[in-house]
Amino acid sequence: MWVYEKKLEHPVRVTCPDVKFAKMVITQYGGPDGELGASLRYINQRYSMPTDMAKAVLTDIGTEEMAHMEMIAALVYKLVDGAGPEDFKAAGWEGQWAQHGCGLFWTDANGVPWSAKYIACLGDPIADLTENMAAEQKARVTYEHLIAATCDPLAKATLRFLWQREVVHFQRFGETLNDVQEWMCNSKHMWHGYRPEEKE
Amino acid sequence: MDYENPAGMLKKIQEMEFVAVELNLYLDTHPCDEEAVNDYNCAVEALKQLKKEYVACYGPLFNFGWGGHSQAPWQWAKGPWPWEL
Repeated sequence: MWVYEKKLEHPVRVTCPDVKFAKMVITQYGGPDGELGASLRYINQRYSMPTDMAKAVLTDIGTEEMAHMEMIAALVYKLVDGAGPEDFKAAGWEGQWAQHGCGLFWTDANGVPWSAKYIACLGDPIADLTENMAAEQKARVTYEHLIAATCDPLAKATLRFLWQREVVHFQRFGETLNDVQEWMCNSKHMWHGYRPEEKE
Repeated sequence: MDYENPAGMLKKIQEMEFVAVELNLYLDTHPCDEEAVNDYNCAVEALKQLKKEYVACYGPLFNFGWGGHSQAPWQWAKGPWPWEL
């Protein structure tokens, strides 16, 4: 089971609310390379991983991604704090106000709702671990875009923390991939295709 | 310890827990690094102490039986919640 700890992994602060920036940050909540997709992708892939190392890495990184999802939620919450319909209209995010007010919803920066299509699970450890490495790189780039798009030093500090975690996760998935490949080599776990029974 | 400043105490916990998270992920892929295991165990001890002090001042960090005994009235639901700090 999961246990909730009543604290954020890293402080989340903003200098002042900024609805326009919140509209961009929301993609790391419910966008294709966001934290919801990341946590679900990793936790879901555990069941078809062959080694204990891979199961542990997916459990632990998947769990940390849930904490990152909470940090992004806190960031959006603070960026829209006290905003009303005029602020949302001025930021070009009136659809958010009409449908969700200041509540959070899983969308990307263009309002496209989160979809299970953002995550993959082929049940093959090589395919799935390389998928995860690509996902970490895509999230890293998205954070770089967001950091470049704000002048708020406090928001930048929060996003920088999340950015560097993507780099570390990429590294750990790479090590896990090496371990799985070694396991496949040593124990002849490669898939050899269908072998018909030999006839006597 | 700065008992007047919950954010200051929380930051110390966040720093030490980050050490534990980082070592945990490292150890998942480097299980034979004994020095890192020792560092992880040191972080566990430091975290225990920091959390004990924080919980005594500001209420539980965990629920579902993980956080020890509750005072009456029930302490868990009392804000501020993490995103409100």
